[in-house]
Amino acid sequence: MPRVTQLVKALRLGVAVAALTASAGLAQDAIKIGVLEDQSGDFAAATMVKVNAITLAAEEINAAGGIGGRPIELIAYDTQSDNTRYQEFMRRVLQSDKVDVVFAGFSSASREAYRPIVNQFEGLAFYNNQYEGGVCDANMIVTGAVPEQQFSTLIPWMMEKYGKNVYTLAADYNFGQISAEWVRNIVEANGGTMVGEEFIPLGVSQFGQSIQNIQAAKPGFVVTLLVGAAQASYYEQAAAANVNLPMASSVNVGQGYEHKRFTPPSLKDMYVTTNFIEEVDTPAAKAFVEKFRARFPDEPYINQEAANSYIAMYLYKQMVERAGTTEHAALRAELAKGDVCFDGPSGKVCLDPKSQHMSHTIYLAKVEADHSISFPTVWENIAPYWLGEAGCDLTKNDPSAQYTPSSPPPAN
Amino acid sequence: MLSTLFSFFYQFGDAFAFLVIASMGLAIIFGMMGVINLAHGEFIMCGAYTTVSLAQLGLPLPLAIIGGAAVAGLIGMLLEVTIIRHLYHRPLDSIVATWGLSMIATQGVLIVLGSTMQGVGTPLGSFTVGGFSYSTYRMVLMGIAVLLLVGLYLLFYHTRAGVIARATIQLPRMARATGVDTGRVYTLTFGLGAALAGLAGGLYAPTMTLVPTMGATFMVESFVTVVIGGGDIFLGAAPAAAILAVIRSGMTAWQGQLFGQIGLLITVIIVIRVLPGGLSGWILGGRK
Repeated sequence: MPRVTQLVKALRLGVAVAALTASAGLAQDAIKIGVLEDQSGDFAAATMVKVNAITLAAEEINAAGGIGGRPIELIAYDTQSDNTRYQEFMRRVLQSDKVDVVFAGFSSASREAYRPIVNQFEGLAFYNNQYEGGVCDANMIVTGAVPEQQFSTLIPWMMEKYGKNVYTLAADYNFGQISAEWVRNIVEANGGTMVGEEFIPLGVSQFGQSIQNIQAAKPGFVVTLLVGAAQASYYEQAAAANVNLPMASSVNVGQGYEHKRFTPPSLKDMYVTTNFIEEVDTPAAKAFVEKFRARFPDEPYINQEAANSYIAMYLYKQMVERAGTTEHAALRAELAKGDVCFDGPSGKVCLDPKSQHMSHTIYLAKVEADHSISFPTVWENIAPYWLGEAGCDLTKNDPSAQYTPSSPPPAN
Repeated sequence: MLSTLFSFFYQFGDAFAFLVIASMGLAIIFGMMGVINLAHGEFIMCGAYTTVSLAQLGLPLPLAIIGGAAVAGLIGMLLEVTIIRHLYHRPLDSIVATWGLSMIATQGVLIVLGSTMQGVGTPLGSFTVGGFSYSTYRMVLMGIAVLLLVGLYLLFYHTRAGVIARATIQLPRMARATGVDTGRVYTLTFGLGAALAGLAGGLYAPTMTLVPTMGATFMVESFVTVVIGGGDIFLGAAPAAAILAVIRSGMTAWQGQLFGQIGLLITVIIVIRVLPGGLSGWILGGRK
């Protein structure tokens, strides 16, 4: 990796953000957007691109006259992959910077760390990350994909192709535990068997014993829900031990671009459901990638979170322009009409009024032996239906809770 | 039956090799020299990044690993002369200084080299015993762990340089009185510790994700091994690594990774409560 260009890139980004902030600061009535993303620490590899995607969207919108004539001012802090930082900075953007909206968070632990603060100060936050689903909170808008979009598609497809014995290897925190519950339910509903489940503490990088447990259980495929740079060492170690089992995931490739970071063929036969990756072969996706690379030539990978962050910016613009204000109640009234949609890098997406989550076209990405990507199938326009069907309706009441299949919304 | 036995041996050896290789550098810098080195993980990261860069330039992997150790060692010596030297009798200050160095190194690498680096892939393929397949490279790591222990034992107990190093650290004034340049010995010993950390990074680089924070995943294991071991590398760190490897691989096989970690930490709590001098303190104390 050429050092000089990286450094230049870092400097240029700094100047660009400064210029953006300065020009916006001079103008009247800027719309302030808080950006809390991990720009260092364990998650940085997957999340630095989100800040660039938000910058790209903000620059485009400002160049085209801003949101309803008002320029965007980004107020970005590095949350350092640390939940405590999220809480500090969330207080700071809401209380002293007084932002109109916040774009925040990668890990589900960080989201749950900052969510009570957003509720306390009646803020509005976009969570632009795929996750384990279930957040029913009027102060949150989620543009990332959820289990009914990623697992209800992926797991039955994998079971059809690779058999009904499934092994789950998941990160040991709320994301991994709840996602594993989804996988377990879908496997059982489709007549399959969980031959093993193991939860790995974050930061663990040695998988000798887990690899052996998997070999002993003889699954048809392994569901890998591993998170963070340390846990990604699993793929290299499993490949070195010649485990040679197909893998299924909702987080790999589309988030941490492991197929670019590891030597082929360690990710061979990894299947991932994602709403965007830079390899997606549609005109809209290609145009987005081209635009992104023109602005950030050294971006290592443009992942699904980059697309979601970019989309979120335009959804917010649309809601503010339609409502004619940044008032949260007015924005949610627009959202409740059910026609807040955007035709962007991943095709047409719409916000669901009941859950404030987003519909997605889901691509099944398969990693080949040479780490190129193919798309065996595509599921068009999958709504985030689970929360609404389970009884969450944010147009009527706001429980500000997170639900799971085993603890659904209370019937009333 | 044989395959079960082998699998237990392999898992034990794997854990043992990781603990020994990860902690040897720290055993010298912290165990022997008494510098609480919170930048240990960053020396490891430095070794790993150098190794992979050299390998990508076309150097054979073993040479690249030695290069990684050498670079980490040189940086270690440089830091000893400029910073660490002034903190030998100020252990609390050395914590702050090395912590600062570690943050500078992590963030510096992130800014200059980016958030990740492509790896080189694990060499040597795999082999099968019973129903299980194993990585050959990890067997090599076990061999290297044992060779490292033997090599360091010979260095410190059977060479003149080793005797001088131990004398300097135990009784610096007496060593100086006999004409030893203690300043240089400190620099070289610290450099050796840093080089061993770099070696650990180089050896594990092909098996791991290369990110600026990768050193952190070695820290708990390294400190646990050295704290349990006490001041002496051979009477302390080696048996500590063996005991911890049994506990870790046993608990992980029985209840998964979480319990492996819990087992490791509970062992530390018990050992430092019962044996404040670590294993080596207890063994040496028992001899007197």
